[in-house]
Amino acid sequence: MSEKKYSKQHEWISMEGDVATVGITKHAAEMLGDIVFVELPDKGKSVEKEGQAGVVESTKAASDVYTPVTGEITETNQSIADDPGTVNKDPEGTSWFFKVKVKNKSELDGLMNKADYEKFAKENSN
Amino acid sequence: MSVQKTALYDYHKSLGAKFVPFAGYEMPVQYSSGIVEEHKITRSNAGLFDVSHMGQLLIEGNESLATELEKIIPTDLKEIKLNQSKYSFLMNEQGGIYDDLIITKVEKGFIIILNAACKNNDFKIIKNSLGNKFKLTLHKNLSLVALQGPKSSEILEKTINGVSSLKFMNGNKFSYKGKDIYITRSGYTGEDGFEISIPNELVEDFSKKLIVQGVKPIGLGARDTLRLEAGLCLYGHDINESTSPIEANLKWAISKRRREEGGFVGYSKIKSDMNGSLARLRVGVKPVGKIIAREGVKIFSKDDQEIGLVTSGTFGPSVNRSIAMGYVKLNFSKPGTKVLLEVRGKKYEANISELPFYKKNYVR
Repeated sequence: MSEKKYSKQHEWISMEGDVATVGITKHAAEMLGDIVFVELPDKGKSVEKEGQAGVVESTKAASDVYTPVTGEITETNQSIADDPGTVNKDPEGTSWFFKVKVKNKSELDGLMNKADYEKFAKENSN
Repeated sequence: MSVQKTALYDYHKSLGAKFVPFAGYEMPVQYSSGIVEEHKITRSNAGLFDVSHMGQLLIEGNESLATELEKIIPTDLKEIKLNQSKYSFLMNEQGGIYDDLIITKVEKGFIIILNAACKNNDFKIIKNSLGNKFKLTLHKNLSLVALQGPKSSEILEKTINGVSSLKFMNGNKFSYKGKDIYITRSGYTGEDGFEISIPNELVEDFSKKLIVQGVKPIGLGARDTLRLEAGLCLYGHDINESTSPIEANLKWAISKRRREEGGFVGYSKIKSDMNGSLARLRVGVKPVGKIIAREGVKIFSKDDQEIGLVTSGTFGPSVNRSIAMGYVKLNFSKPGTKVLLEVRGKKYEANISELPFYKKNYVR
């Protein structure tokens, strides 16, 4: 898999061929707190860059999950819907959200690398 | 108005609190271990809550005060025993709830614990009703902390001798470092516990004494999940100026005498609600799946007619499921009734449930 890239909506994305794996960042999981509900997009659904592609809820509130790229959902991670708490444990590893067949790989160019994202996250947390 | 801080603000900060604005105060929403962990510690051990933002109103007076207060508070204040506490409310003429409160008979008169967001308005309502015959003091120099959980009594007894013999919904005067403090056996979590009214200058020292014994500080986040599991109302959400106590399923809080005799603001609505005009009722709601139904989620019948609204909802860590409460039309209020919840445009199955979701025995 390629090196992870990060969005301003706090998703990470990793490419393998023309399929990207997407999840929420460790920073996002920490900010949300205990995650108690995950809603995943339907398989086969077309999603657009920065469009809503899921929901994550903590004990406190619900937040949308966005896709950093345009494409078609090819797979979702049912295990996090069954056990939402696992998202807090391994958000950037086993607790990925969905896989998307990427339409235009150049969309990834506008995303941040790890160092830039960490800086961005730090500046944007309270 | 600038944001206010309680006397424990710096101490919360040192304990790793994350703050949120709440009712004009900067309050800890959680500490480093998180809401679910704080919730579970309160259920299994003991947790300390800073509730100093709440109003502590002392009204001084004798028997005539009880008679006067009964005109606006629908509980037995003439029969109440010294140091006994009652849950009650202030109502408007239409029977809507201005605030819910705990009133305790003390030597000087009554102490009333009020919600932070309502306390200044409550003061005006009570003052207007009582006139100038009685002295009212909304304490600024007193803090209020709640120690909640099954180990509360054992732990607090080590610092405050005799406190473990208090009965549920009873209080007494105790002494800490030579100063008077007032403790009631009560709370808002569904657990055994105490609320301790203590001078601001002693509250940090007192709190530290509990924390070093293994008590964990608990924020507003877990306070909300705990009270919701216990089926307790949050003012401004589950009850407000347009919900009557009968609709809110709080009939138990109005004594038989007061229900029959009336003589308090809002009685006509109570009476008509009790005599057949009740149209809706506060109930528990259990979604079938993991979906969280939060405030504002619409409730539908199986045949898709809108029958009510969710007023609070979250994940209950101790019951390990999604839980909610809300109002439904009376004929859909029976526990077990199948309903639908509309969340983000989709309908999800749920069942009307008894309250509380979580039950523990109190010390009585």
